[in-house]
Amino acid sequence: MPAETAEIERIFREEHGRAVAVLIRAFGDIDLAEEAVQDAFAVALSRWPFEGMPASPVGWIMTTARRRAIDAVRRESTRGHRHAEAARLYARHSEDDHPEGPMHDDRLRLIFTCCHPALAPASQVALTLRLLGGLSTAAIARAFFVGEPAMAQRLVRAKGKIRDARIPYRVPDEPELPGRVRSVLAVVYLIFNEGYAVSAGDALVRDDLCHEAIRLGRLLVGLIPEEPEVRGLLALMLLVASRRAARTTSAGELVLLADQDRTLWNREFILEGQTLVSRCPRQNEPGPYQLQAAIQAVHSDAAVAADTDWRQILRLYDQLLTIAPAPVVALNRAVAVAEIEGPVRALALVDALSDPATDGYYLFHAVRADLLRRLGRTAEAQQAYDMALSLAGNARERAFLQRRRDALNG
Amino acid sequence: MTQYLLSIYQPEGDVPPPETLQRVMQDVNALIEDAKAAGVWVFNGGLHPPGTATVVRCQRGDVLITDGPFAEGKEYVGGFMVIEAPDLDGALQWAGRLARALTLDGRGDIHPGLPVEVRPFQGSHAN
Repeated sequence: MPAETAEIERIFREEHGRAVAVLIRAFGDIDLAEEAVQDAFAVALSRWPFEGMPASPVGWIMTTARRRAIDAVRRESTRGHRHAEAARLYARHSEDDHPEGPMHDDRLRLIFTCCHPALAPASQVALTLRLLGGLSTAAIARAFFVGEPAMAQRLVRAKGKIRDARIPYRVPDEPELPGRVRSVLAVVYLIFNEGYAVSAGDALVRDDLCHEAIRLGRLLVGLIPEEPEVRGLLALMLLVASRRAARTTSAGELVLLADQDRTLWNREFILEGQTLVSRCPRQNEPGPYQLQAAIQAVHSDAAVAADTDWRQILRLYDQLLTIAPAPVVALNRAVAVAEIEGPVRALALVDALSDPATDGYYLFHAVRADLLRRLGRTAEAQQAYDMALSLAGNARERAFLQRRRDALNG
Repeated sequence: MTQYLLSIYQPEGDVPPPETLQRVMQDVNALIEDAKAAGVWVFNGGLHPPGTATVVRCQRGDVLITDGPFAEGKEYVGGFMVIEAPDLDGALQWAGRLARALTLDGRGDIHPGLPVEVRPFQGSHAN
């Protein structure tokens, strides 16, 4: 059976993280590992379409890439290059003191290295997408509206720091582990949000980021199943992503949750997300991702917007506010209060949030404008929409706010 | 093992009260003793203020001497420590202890403590 180029690309993207991770541990060199997998890909492209797919594509990739890496090391050592040898010693050394097991999957080591707090967040994201996601530098550059040379430079610098400062290639030990897991989850969520954000740009690239974030989330759930926040994040991403098709009109206009055609929601994502939420421990204090996922799960439960259990949502926001007190959480809580106690009470809560930081946030004014609109205070609502419009980040958000503002006079 | 330079950055001007300074010095000295006992310590020292610095530079064969510091700034390196650790995480643990010592109250509740910059030395990867 001959293999299509697209299929070969898909397999390599799927296996990139594992292959690179195994080779980094064996050879202690990220560039060497990346190049070896890239070489194997080139060989596959030139052979698979004619000879057909190997019986085990994954095994073939590993064997071919490992051979390529060994060849590269031989070439370097004959040139008197001692770095490769030192790197191998280092790799062997770090292999000795770590037992095998699910916590010691090479991909987990790799993700902890990519998301090390000593690297800038933008570099953490780029490295994770490149090494674990197998995205090309060009694709990552497009996704983040950065030129390809600049993104290449960012990756080179980050890999240079990992090598020179010796950022370790291992799963951190207990006292550090929870903080480091948080840092990994933040990177995955950032990738997801970048993909989900309603901003201009290549829709395919953005979809790709969402899928990649969910794939990383699933991988992490498989590798660290005992960590409830990992499941919480995956659930949150699935439940939010389930609404993707309903979130914009065919013309690309933003549709509010209350106005969405809920038959367009992705049932599989909702089921998977809700199952994960229901497995979150009730007795322990749930973390912010679990609570946000639980809130989304309540929305997903309602077949029509009017069925939404706002009291349950309010309880969850109260919990979230105690562990993660942030103005945006308080703002969302006020939206829930408006549904239960009416816009007067909610507006008082929103107005109390006003300070220099929230005043510069478009959503604060957009929520205020909507509450004022519901109270019939049209002139003030108009002013609030104007404020929101002047602060909104992207064209689709601005178009949405403009429509709401125009509707005030109708 | 890799050697790391831990540089302590100090703001120009105000010096904490003597009793605070004494506690900081006690904590730092205890840290140095622990680092020596753990075989991590290589070298450390505190520096006189930047006003005492002199800059020497060679241009067209002549060595020029000027009053320092080389770079004027609101912060300057006040002291440093060189340690040897298996990797960055190891170095960061010692840097964390140093940063904790360099606070007014041992916690940084009132005011954040002094920043410690961690930088690897070149060519120190020998095992």
